[in-house]
Amino acid sequence: MTTRMRLAISRPTKGSSGKTGSWRVFRPVVDKEKCNACGICAMLCPEAAIDEELEVDLEYCKGCGICAHECPKSAISMKREEK
Amino acid sequence: MLTIATGNKAVAAAVRQVRPSVIAAYPITPQTEIVEQMAEYVTRGELDSQFIPVESEHSAMAACIGASITGARTFTATSSHGLLYMHEMVNWAAGARLPIVMANVNRAVGPGWNVWAEHTDAFQERDTGWLQVYVSTVQEAYDTTLMAFRIAENESVLLPVMVNLDGFLLSHSMQSLETVEISDFIPPLRLPHAIDPENPAGYGTLTGPDAYFKFRWDMERSMRDSAGVIRETEDEFARRFHRKYGFVDEYRCEDADVVVVAMGTLGKEAEVAADLLRAEGVKAGVMRIRWLRPFPRLDLAGRDVVVIDRDYSFGFGGVIAKSLAATARAEPFSVIAGLGGQEVTYDDIAEFVRTRSPGTEYWFGVNDNV
Repeated sequence: MTTRMRLAISRPTKGSSGKTGSWRVFRPVVDKEKCNACGICAMLCPEAAIDEELEVDLEYCKGCGICAHECPKSAISMKREEK
Repeated sequence: MLTIATGNKAVAAAVRQVRPSVIAAYPITPQTEIVEQMAEYVTRGELDSQFIPVESEHSAMAACIGASITGARTFTATSSHGLLYMHEMVNWAAGARLPIVMANVNRAVGPGWNVWAEHTDAFQERDTGWLQVYVSTVQEAYDTTLMAFRIAENESVLLPVMVNLDGFLLSHSMQSLETVEISDFIPPLRLPHAIDPENPAGYGTLTGPDAYFKFRWDMERSMRDSAGVIRETEDEFARRFHRKYGFVDEYRCEDADVVVVAMGTLGKEAEVAADLLRAEGVKAGVMRIRWLRPFPRLDLAGRDVVVIDRDYSFGFGGVIAKSLAATARAEPFSVIAGLGGQEVTYDDIAEFVRTRSPGTEYWFGVNDNV
């Protein structure tokens, strides 16, 4: 009896595409003085890489810059990663 | 129990006995009576099913897919434009290997707007991976609906089954119906790839060029295996309930020189034509195709063949006639008749046989055949 291939079933694993933070060219840097902890950056982060304490998980942050673009306090700047 | 019913009511009576957990459907002429009857069974408390009155046929099949992937027995019914509206999901149901049973009341596709019998609606779904069966009497509609669940849910098959019955000619015709006690004829459904909430996964997700074909081959493998399951189910049905069915219902074919091939009610009507022709000394028989998918092997060697297609593939021909030319090496007289409910009597069918011209195509009622 050969293996049946009835339906493609995929089970997600942590970081199944690897540590996507390695894709990053620009890294978000938060100015804690300007930040008023509104949480908009965390809400809009497509990678859910910003936690409840508003700390960025740099292992998975791809550096898309949406957080910096949306921050109403301009508290996030994007700094080029050093090689 | 002996009773009297329309084709629609017979299907509903069978589904009630099979007790699907979920019924999702949208009304459309001439199928509406099935949906209404199922809703009534549920409302009266005679059937403990979840009835989902959806907003479209696309949603009806989507809801059936969602229910079926949990391992629940699922039923829906539709017709014509409704079937075509769910086309995308019809493909998905087969590809996801879900044993959904659907009654399709065959009706022409507009324009012109037409609610009468034609097989073109279901023929447009014939390459989706569904098994398709066509019935000719109220009793056969009931019996076949029962068998459809057992066949679809067999682990060697796990493909959906479409039970087709001619609009009005059968869906709204009253005939005698003997219902049976199904007992354990249909075992409980066990879907090997059912969703497990404890172990979340993506179902039918992105599948690359390195794997997609393997799933398609598995569908075809099951389609081929379904032939044996159909045979076994029809034999078991005959053993328990004393009514015998097959891939093809043959009538007076043993010594026939000319065989009429047709489906649905036209195949039944042709039996009377065969009797008429035999009274004239013409050895005529009828092969009424029941299962269109998987397609049966017909033994037509050495016989004249008259195929009546209540369907048409533009730029190609009558689908059954062409299929038999390809698979049975027949050179049929291809008659296109009954489109949009066009009346075709047994006298007309007898005349097709008398005036047959093998290898040609004839549109009944059209004067300027090219």
